Amino acid sequence: MPQMNPKKLRVATVWLSGCSGCHMSFLDQDEQLLELAKQITLVYSPLIDAKEFPPDVALTLIEGAVANEEQKEMLKTVRAKTITLVSLGDCAVTGNVVALRNRWPQSDQAIIDRAYNDPTNLHPQTPQQVPKLLSQVQPLHEIVKVDHYIPGCPPNAKLINYVLTELIAGRIPLREEHAKYG
Amino acid sequence: MNTHPMKLKIDGVDVECSEGSTILTAAKTVGINIPTLCYLEGLTPYGGCRLCLVEVSGTNKLFPACATPVASGMEVTTQSPKLHEYRKMVLQTLLAERTHICSVCIANDHCELQTQTNQYGVDHVFYERNWSCNEIDSTHDFLVIDRNRCILCTRCVRACDEIEGVHTLDLKFHGKNTDVIMDQDELWSKACSCTSCRKCAKVCPVGAIYVEGENIEYTKDPQVIAFIVERRKCLK
Ligand code: SF4
Ligand code: SF4
Ligand code: SF4
Ligand code: FES
Repeated sequence: MPQMNPKKLRVATVWLSGCSGCHMSFLDQDEQLLELAKQITLVYSPLIDAKEFPPDVALTLIEGAVANEEQKEMLKTVRAKTITLVSLGDCAVTGNVVALRNRWPQSDQAIIDRAYNDPTNLHPQTPQQVPKLLSQVQPLHEIVKVDHYIPGCPPNAKLINYVLTELIAGRIPLREEHAKYG
Repeated sequence: MNTHPMKLKIDGVDVECSEGSTILTAAKTVGINIPTLCYLEGLTPYGGCRLCLVEVSGTNKLFPACATPVASGMEVTTQSPKLHEYRKMVLQTLLAERTHICSVCIANDHCELQTQTNQYGVDHVFYERNWSCNEIDSTHDFLVIDRNRCILCTRCVRACDEIEGVHTLDLKFHGKNTDVIMDQDELWSKACSCTSCRKCAKVCPVGAIYVEGENIEYTKDPQVIAFIVERRKCLK
């Protein structure tokens, strides 16, 4: 159970359709993580063991694009329970590689057919137990309001640290000097 | 060209230049840089991308600096909150129009569109993106065009026509169906007017035309056009 310190900012990170590279970059903040740890409590993240997204989160970073129904619901839940939402990395910001399938209309079926129903497979079949794919992959801000963006594939650890430090201090990170598209 | 000097003000600075200069070239003489994408020194201005929009006092209309001739008494503003917003809009529409996925693009970190996007602090695209499905042609011996990254700046078309003098490249159709074509819309390998000079790849500001297997930093050389034009003047 994460430590509950009322003076510490409740922060979460979420992993949707991404390769986990953004979370790796988060960890690449290295010794600056120690500074961060003094100011935040991680209440939900693939890096810790929490099953449900908790209420009253001050800041959530989301990696990955929205590619299926479950992720879409998760995103809406996170938005409802978070004050400041940050798109972390190109997949969250633009759809990136995950959205390459968007060039096919009904790209969900195209993907399923190619990966699972291909007649050259040993047992061609449509998977039943997994969340339904969306016909088009979407970046977060096409579904919910996003407050800040950290682009990059993967985003630079320094940029992540800059945005976090500014937000924790109650300042608005400057886009002009720090944003990098793609 | 007439040699009557034209007197105007750009960002409050007095500028004197010859008739027939554009706002962009006049601004350059006093060290004022206006952002551009489709403009390339040495080629006829095209005025297509609208990144170089400037304000001219006395009218609400915005003017593309690269294609607007100067007039005496003109007062030009090249930086303002309004222009900043418009330029951000231009960049976002360019990014939304076709499939720009920088992480898998050969021009990543060496792309003029990306550089401008960063300079203007565009960290996401506000408009819903159009997932284009344009043709990629890699039939040429070493040149490749991926039209999904083309911003239709026509630099390649103008370089091929005005500098190489063969006009292999042109545009077909209108609006969102516009595309760069070779000869009569042939595959590049079948376009017999192409001299394989590579100028199109050198001037393309993005990752649309490139040389297969070659480092993009090495390929890109847009300044070569101004250089050639200058050298040809010496020949006259
Ligand atoms: S052309 Fe430029 S903006 Fe487009 S994907 Fe490539 S690097 Fe990104
Ligand atoms: S290689 Fe030269 S001739 Fe061929 S299309 Fe490009 S600019 Fe034109
Ligand atoms: S291929 Fe490159 S140079 Fe040609 S119009 Fe497209 S973006 Fe411009
Ligand atoms: S640079 Fe002037 S319109 Fe493109």
